[in-house]
Amino acid sequence: MPKRQDVKKILVIGSGPIIIGQAAEFDYAGTQACQALMEEGFEVVLVNSNPATIMTDETVADRVYIEPLTLDFVSRIIRQEQPDGLLATLGGQTGLNLAVELAESGILEEYNVQLLGTNLDAIQMAEDREQFRTLMNELNEPVPPSDIIHSLEEAKRFVEEIGFPVIVRPAYTLGGTGGGLVYNDDQLREIVTGGLHQSPVNQCLIEKSIAGFKEIEYEVMRDGNDQAIVVCNMENIDPVGIHTGDSIVVAPSQTMTDREYQILRNSSLKIIRALGIEGGCNVQFALDPHSENYFIIEVNPRVSRSSALASKATGYPIAKLSAKIAVGYHLDECKNPITLTTYASFEPALDYVVTKIPRWPFDKFDAANRKLGTQMKATGEVMAIGRNLPESLLKAIRSTEVDLDHLRFQTKKILSHEELRNRLVHADDERIILVAEAFRLGYDIEELHSMTKIDRFFLYEISRIIVLEKEIVHQQWNEETLRDAKSYGFSDPEIASLLQSTVEEVEAFRKKHNINPVYKMVDTCASEFASETPYYYGTYEDENESVLTKKPSVLVLGSGPIRIGQGIEFDYATVHTVKAIQEAGYEAIIINNNPETVSTDFQISDKLYFEPLTVEDVMHVIEHEQPMGVIVQFGGQTALNLASDLENRGVKLLGTSLENMDRAEDRDKFEQTLLQLEIPQPEGKTATSVSESIDIANGIGYPVLVRPSYVLGGRAMEIVYNEKDLLKYMDRAVKVNEKHPVLIDRYLFGKEIEVDAISDGETVVIPGIMEHIERAGVHSGDSIAVYPTQNISKKLKKQLVDYTIRMARGFQIIGLLNIQFVIHRDELYVLEVNPRSSRTVPFLSKITGINMANLATRAILGQSLANQGFKTGCLPEPDIVSVKVPVFSFAKLRSVDITLGPEMKSTGEVMGRDYTLEKALYKGLIASGMKIPTHGSVLFTMADKDKEEAMILARRFHRIGYKLLATEGTARRIQEENIPVTVVSKIGGETPDMLDVIEGGQVQFIINTLTKGKQPARDGFRIRREAVERGIVCMTSMDTAEALLRVIETITFSAEAIGSPAKKELARV
Amino acid sequence: MKRQLVLENGEVFIGKSFGSEEEKMGEVVFNTGMTGYQEIMSDPSYCGQIVTMTYPLIGNYGINRDDFESITPSIHGLIVKEAAFYPSHFRSNLTLDEWLKQHDIPGLQGIDTRKLTRMIRENGTLKGKLCPMDVNVETVISELKETTLMTDQVSQVSTKNRFFNPGSKERIVLMDFGVKKGIVKDLVSEGYDVVVVPYNTTAEEIRSIHPDGIVLSNGPGDPTDVPEAIETVKNLIGFVPMFGICLGHQLLALACGAKTVKMKFGHRGSNHPVKDLRTGQITITSQNHGYTVDPESLLDTELEITHINVNDGSVEGFRHVEEPAFSVQYHPEASPGPEDAKGLFKEFKTMLQERATREETTHA
Repeated sequence: MPKRQDVKKILVIGSGPIIIGQAAEFDYAGTQACQALMEEGFEVVLVNSNPATIMTDETVADRVYIEPLTLDFVSRIIRQEQPDGLLATLGGQTGLNLAVELAESGILEEYNVQLLGTNLDAIQMAEDREQFRTLMNELNEPVPPSDIIHSLEEAKRFVEEIGFPVIVRPAYTLGGTGGGLVYNDDQLREIVTGGLHQSPVNQCLIEKSIAGFKEIEYEVMRDGNDQAIVVCNMENIDPVGIHTGDSIVVAPSQTMTDREYQILRNSSLKIIRALGIEGGCNVQFALDPHSENYFIIEVNPRVSRSSALASKATGYPIAKLSAKIAVGYHLDECKNPITLTTYASFEPALDYVVTKIPRWPFDKFDAANRKLGTQMKATGEVMAIGRNLPESLLKAIRSTEVDLDHLRFQTKKILSHEELRNRLVHADDERIILVAEAFRLGYDIEELHSMTKIDRFFLYEISRIIVLEKEIVHQQWNEETLRDAKSYGFSDPEIASLLQSTVEEVEAFRKKHNINPVYKMVDTCASEFASETPYYYGTYEDENESVLTKKPSVLVLGSGPIRIGQGIEFDYATVHTVKAIQEAGYEAIIINNNPETVSTDFQISDKLYFEPLTVEDVMHVIEHEQPMGVIVQFGGQTALNLASDLENRGVKLLGTSLENMDRAEDRDKFEQTLLQLEIPQPEGKTATSVSESIDIANGIGYPVLVRPSYVLGGRAMEIVYNEKDLLKYMDRAVKVNEKHPVLIDRYLFGKEIEVDAISDGETVVIPGIMEHIERAGVHSGDSIAVYPTQNISKKLKKQLVDYTIRMARGFQIIGLLNIQFVIHRDELYVLEVNPRSSRTVPFLSKITGINMANLATRAILGQSLANQGFKTGCLPEPDIVSVKVPVFSFAKLRSVDITLGPEMKSTGEVMGRDYTLEKALYKGLIASGMKIPTHGSVLFTMADKDKEEAMILARRFHRIGYKLLATEGTARRIQEENIPVTVVSKIGGETPDMLDVIEGGQVQFIINTLTKGKQPARDGFRIRREAVERGIVCMTSMDTAEALLRVIETITFSAEAIGSPAKKELARV
Repeated sequence: MKRQLVLENGEVFIGKSFGSEEEKMGEVVFNTGMTGYQEIMSDPSYCGQIVTMTYPLIGNYGINRDDFESITPSIHGLIVKEAAFYPSHFRSNLTLDEWLKQHDIPGLQGIDTRKLTRMIRENGTLKGKLCPMDVNVETVISELKETTLMTDQVSQVSTKNRFFNPGSKERIVLMDFGVKKGIVKDLVSEGYDVVVVPYNTTAEEIRSIHPDGIVLSNGPGDPTDVPEAIETVKNLIGFVPMFGICLGHQLLALACGAKTVKMKFGHRGSNHPVKDLRTGQITITSQNHGYTVDPESLLDTELEITHINVNDGSVEGFRHVEEPAFSVQYHPEASPGPEDAKGLFKEFKTMLQERATREETTHA
């Protein structure tokens, strides 16, 4: 059936902010969907709250709304736009949940909006555990013995029948939030109580654990004509028990016979047909390694992280075709966009092995529980392609950018056998490396299989790597061995270290013996049909398929996996750079390894190399492609870190020179430059030893801000108040030496300002100046940013512009730069200058209408800003106010302290936009997932230094009718102000103590500045964690609290008796 | 140990040997299936061919007792990127290497199989020889050029003697041109009384078995190499319902006056989309054929095209407009591959039942 004629205008719902369990894959899916619908001539209206995405670019849809994804706001858009159709299956769980809400509210019916793609009944059938189980029973498809429970008692009853271990999965939550594997009564109590709370319908599934089974996924598609196909199947190296998002996954499956492959294929097609899915769908199976018995684990009736991975792994664009199916097309009517000669109604054949490895945030959260289970903890992932398993695995390992060149810890760790065994049995993020270590220590496949339950096939493949390591050492510079090593995916640095040689020598040896990679095409069909797709991966074989064109090319380095501090914003910039390069008449080539993103969609660039972002892998591509230059400033720290090594190898870097980048990053050079430019900065110095750091801190005076140089996202950055803490920091967080200096700055208390600018070396365009709600000390990525500024004097603003221009010119910036300032006692200081694209580029681009990455790229390629129609200076500010609000994933990360500080913790962001700051903030906070009740109770637990300031907040909360609760000290201070307050005892004190109050749901907000620190045992920490587990808003910055209060004040009314004595107090506010 | 593949076009691929040490010549073809190597290697339709698997890792789950499509494999060689020497599966009892050795089949691994596949895609299938490193390559090339591909594969792989798979339902004669076990299994599981007969059984002999239906099996090579079978089929059209699979499909076409042509590199894999023209529905099918029915030649016959390949439009199935006979180019029995086309066995069953009903009415 061709396209539907009854639908003209379609509303597409995005997935909102990036959180653990819902990342960039939905930007990729949404962008593809919008493009597919526009191609078909539909009018597309998009709503998403996340400004960092490509999909919220104004060119992606006919009209783009960056508004909170709530019933209220989306209903408003429906009333205004009156679309005929709604497409919600590409917006992840958020999109689906919202679609259900919209349908239930009746607005879809009222405005005659048809839900496109999979219908609601099917979605609910797949999502609701009870309905799903009933359907599986009807279909005769096996599900593990399980029960739906609504209380702890019911859970206990189930366990009495079935026995431990069991898995608890809360209904309708993302990435398995709140669930877990349970072995005993205590765990049962904890996880069931938490899980019921997390579930919006207070429902959990409790099921018999099938841990140890093979975990297999099928990505399937079905159209309105009941035609269904399998796009890809995948096998988790980690067996059932670890969330698939946290598992190392390979595609296609490796250890299943054709019979098993077909059994599961039949099952997944039967299910997708029974559900009536129209579009993409993911089915997860547990397959018994000792029989052909299997269980259905779950079904996702929509595109997902796995479908993004499957799309990149096969070249088959699931999201794009899901959108086409949603508007009526059948699979056999859609061309396969890879071959252009075949149709979408086929099943891709792979002739390579794909490995996906998750990227976890544990480098940021050293206190986090690193054990892996049914609750997803990864923030992103990488994918690698190879012609054998070791190659695919090792390429993926070095793509993760956690300082690994190989299956080997960078610094040698001595593990006791006991610890090793323990960590092999109870998997954490490093298990794959520990498996390799165990082989090196002489463990055999059987031992490792019994500990890890990882299939022997995979263990054998890993053991081959270890065998080869020994051979390399034994054979010493044997050509054949090194050829094998390269084809197994060994990196030059690893070979160098095995041979106790240098990378340069290995490189020279390789070149001498002509051991170089070739590039093969990803073509969906194992080369059965000719394809034109410019999607390549490197491998060590004979034939090269990546043909050079005559056109001069520019290489763009992507930003690798999504992690805290380097999110989707950098992919946004990368994509725009690519477009600008093409507009300028060059061929744009991209290297990246993140399967979730838009930049790795093969239709974005002229050539896509899906490769690790290491010096070696990038150099291979450069040597092959001979681009006229490389752009590094859009790929975040990933690309920037490669800059000097690339230049040393004779590669031409385009844009700001390495020397000037170094002047901005190197502390001493930076200081000198600012001195020359006569721009003040907080006093600070670089320490290369512990003793030096103490001297410097004493010289500057505490508190000081300490951090290692060359990091992004404030990793390991802290405010230190005394020498004892400084010593602790030096011991714990950094390894200080000549090569890795530590920066020590005076900590200036005050308002933080952020500026992004574009420069061609002459003209400096400042699209906007942003003000942070939270004072300096909270990482800029975790602060609420406001544009235009609300509290900055004209004089200061002028100075900001002046300083920015001076620095752009002084550092000879060609391209983008980002500057952070602090206003301390009305004086302006520069905190840092980043000679690259920043987190705020998409936010500012969207609200100012200036496509910053595009402008910058043109400037980099030689078109002056003047020529592009710009003059030096700051652009005029609009009336409308926009705020960028950070979003955190604390619920997913047990034992992480949520206190805001210099180290970045947020995973994503949303935007709120309206005519007043309060309205914009309201939207931003709501969009970030905050619940803002207009009455209730606030719990204050304040550090002594904050008590004075807190009284203002207390009074204002009281004035609008909030009940106040506080711990003894804080309460006494509040009583002194004549404000009524209820005293709550400290943890472990008289009941009800603070935890009881929080657990009992008696408070709506918590303002907590108590005992900041990383010691999980402390009270403050426990309160904050408890708040997270209960979904209660907990603010650790007075500034955030004040902003929230302003919002509540505007949406409520005060109740004040005439002539109240509080009048005098009010004047103080 | 090193071993090489020498091709008639002068190309040489040097890799590592596994399996048997024997030198063997054959038509080099590729299969794009990602699973099912055991079924493929034992499928008699590959008789005389050297099969290249495009998926790089082969042998991962070993070789088991159950998944053979014939007792004696007839492929002349197996080429893979990497053969697994440490298979992992509860059903596995041999490694790929061990099994190939047992059956004197040479293997070659470690070559750029994608390059070879692309070469076949561009040139069409090629004659090739798996040989040790010490042969004179030039001699092998000229030998390859002079050699014509074998033409007697069907007689090699067909059963020599008639055999029975007793069942309580309709009696089906299965003409064995190199039948896969999967077809026998599917017929037996329907409850049919299955009589498997050699490829050169005459129409008279078949009539004397009193079948209720006839199935023409798959098989290797060029259908015009078995004129005696074409003759038999011609004689039996209309006698009882007839169902042709793969080579059986081509024989039915030839028997009805159509022509077959050799394809450039054929269809071999588990992902070929076929459209049923009667319903518009797409089915993903398992395929293995190097010849195809010329659609032009069908115009003057009593055959009506029912199925086409979505990708290249080639004929995938037809039915006789007057008589109860139909056939498909692909494999409804799967083994290996998707089982989406199993419905064809039901179609055959319906045809049998309709015939029975009609006869009852005529007799009454």
